[in-house]
Amino acid sequence: MAGIQLNTLRKIYAGNVEAVKGISIDIQDGEFIVLVGPSGCGKSTLLRMVAGLETITEGELFIGDRLVNNVEPADRDIAMVFQNYALYPHMSVYNNLAYGLKNRRIPKNEIESRVRKAAEILEIGEFLNRKPRQLSGGQRQRVAMGRAIVRQPAAFLFDEPLSNLDAKLRVQMRMEIKKLQKGLGTTSLYVTHDQLEAMTLADRLVVLNGGVVEQIGSPINVYEKPASAFVATFIGSPAMNLLPLTKSGGEWKLDNGATVDVMLNTDLSDLILGVRPEDLLIEELSEKSGSDLHTALTVQVVEPVGAESYVHGTIGEGSKDVVVRAPGKLHFEPGQVLKVTAKPEKLHTFDTKTGKRIEIEGPLETA
Amino acid sequence: MKRVQFSHPLMPYMLLLPQLSIVGVFFLWPAAEAIRVSFYLEDPFGFGSTFVGLDNFKDVISASEYSRTAWFTLIFSSAVTFFSLSIALLLAVKADKVIKGASIHRTLLMWVYAIAPPVAGLLGVMLFDQHIGPLNDLAHALGWNMQIGVNYFDTAFAMTVIAVWKQIPINFIFFLSGLQSVPKSVQEAAAVDCRSSLRRFWTVTFPLLAPTSFFLLIINITYALFDTFGIIDLVLKGEPGNNPVTLVYKVFLDGFRGNDLGGSSAQSVILMMLVFALTVVQFRMIERRVHYS
Repeated sequence: MAGIQLNTLRKIYAGNVEAVKGISIDIQDGEFIVLVGPSGCGKSTLLRMVAGLETITEGELFIGDRLVNNVEPADRDIAMVFQNYALYPHMSVYNNLAYGLKNRRIPKNEIESRVRKAAEILEIGEFLNRKPRQLSGGQRQRVAMGRAIVRQPAAFLFDEPLSNLDAKLRVQMRMEIKKLQKGLGTTSLYVTHDQLEAMTLADRLVVLNGGVVEQIGSPINVYEKPASAFVATFIGSPAMNLLPLTKSGGEWKLDNGATVDVMLNTDLSDLILGVRPEDLLIEELSEKSGSDLHTALTVQVVEPVGAESYVHGTIGEGSKDVVVRAPGKLHFEPGQVLKVTAKPEKLHTFDTKTGKRIEIEGPLETA
Repeated sequence: MKRVQFSHPLMPYMLLLPQLSIVGVFFLWPAAEAIRVSFYLEDPFGFGSTFVGLDNFKDVISASEYSRTAWFTLIFSSAVTFFSLSIALLLAVKADKVIKGASIHRTLLMWVYAIAPPVAGLLGVMLFDQHIGPLNDLAHALGWNMQIGVNYFDTAFAMTVIAVWKQIPINFIFFLSGLQSVPKSVQEAAAVDCRSSLRRFWTVTFPLLAPTSFFLLIINITYALFDTFGIIDLVLKGEPGNNPVTLVYKVFLDGFRGNDLGGSSAQSVILMMLVFALTVVQFRMIERRVHYS
């Protein structure tokens, strides 16, 4: 086992398309790192560079203490799980698992015992003699996992392994992958575009956008202190509400004129205010003290999802859609006007131009 | 199954009639005629025929020349099939790996296929021509006194090379499309599992090409046995002399040059049985080992 070190890795494709723009990540031994981002953000390219399936244009890649920039995929001591499983269709499940071991000249009885053990862990023992086409999607997924496990590699690389499964199976396999990884303690690099998958699996999240790292941190840390407006909207569902915030007459105001009593150490006069749907409280239901934001919300649509309801509304003419997470038992009517508030520590502010986070220093001291 | 309703009960038969009549007139009738004639001794001048039972077959099989031709046919067909398939596969694998200007490469390699077969055969023959053929010159420059039409081996060599050369493009096209249908991710998974690209090819890519290869094997054996007639005729310039010929060419020689219609028919009946047996063997034995996924 080993850690993985990415030192300002860059990937420039023919035609000067830069897919990965100098990414550095230091992955500890045994850590579960999830690369998450929208499609085209370079996350798959980065993973494939670690696997050796894409060349590295610039930068250094270490697996353990070894510089592996020019090492063949088979010699990097990694195992990869592909999105569409990529099982060998002409081989039995047993041979699918054994293939990588046979090519490494591992003794036959050792192969046999490793395959049996992996099959037992993954509960695919009864399918060992079947061909991949005789298996269901979930079973194929397990075989693909098994192929990685038997190798006992320094690191597992997962390329959106669950995206071909149906929703229910995905949740189940997600938990199994996490259990398995914790049990084996193998360093893992996992790519997904699903922020929920990313949150639940990761020890540390790497949020990518446009070929650069937006933020690295634990899921909770990324959720509570998003480093940019992009991360704020990408992580969390429903997404964080972003509203323009302007300084006029020494006060920070929303478009609808509502004041936001925060103290900010910035020269800018245009910011973005971010507040998560669950941090917007409906005033009648909450204590009034210590709130820095008060505004009226006109309800437009209500999405009840059971335990809670997502109330979509506007805070004035031409304002953006604002979502409030409300208890499911409450009833709302379109057109109804609600008073919503948010606590100061639950507000986020971002630079309008760069999108970078600007820390709020505290509530405004009103004498 | 979807059942189609026809307004008139005869309609489906009418629709099938053109195809059936072609099969009947050009395949079944001549085959039946060949079987009938193979039991008769035909007068060379067409003045009548005598029923001789299996005599024609006995004569054919006991003739030493026939077994010599059969051996040559076997070697020739095997060589043509083997080389046209393996060279085409090699080219396809290489073309599949080309990234820069891939479409130009492929178009150039497929171009030959657009040339009509007799023209391609004629071009091949000209390459080996005793007086103007560059390949003949090359052989002479290398110290090989190549005499096509005179030396048995040289003639056989030229026939084989031309037959292989002409068949490569079609095999190439099929192999290339077969290679491109092998999923990229499976090849990548293999790259992670196996260092040697040669071993990867034989253990993963080639087995996945098996349906294509099996189809091409049948096409190529048939080609080598029957469709090489024109090339052989061109190389021999219609004067076989002591030179090698295939069984199919011998049917033509004995029937239309030797005017031995009975013997020639007996030979084609033997060929028919051979092809039938070959087809059964191919589908029974080989298809079982082919993976259709």
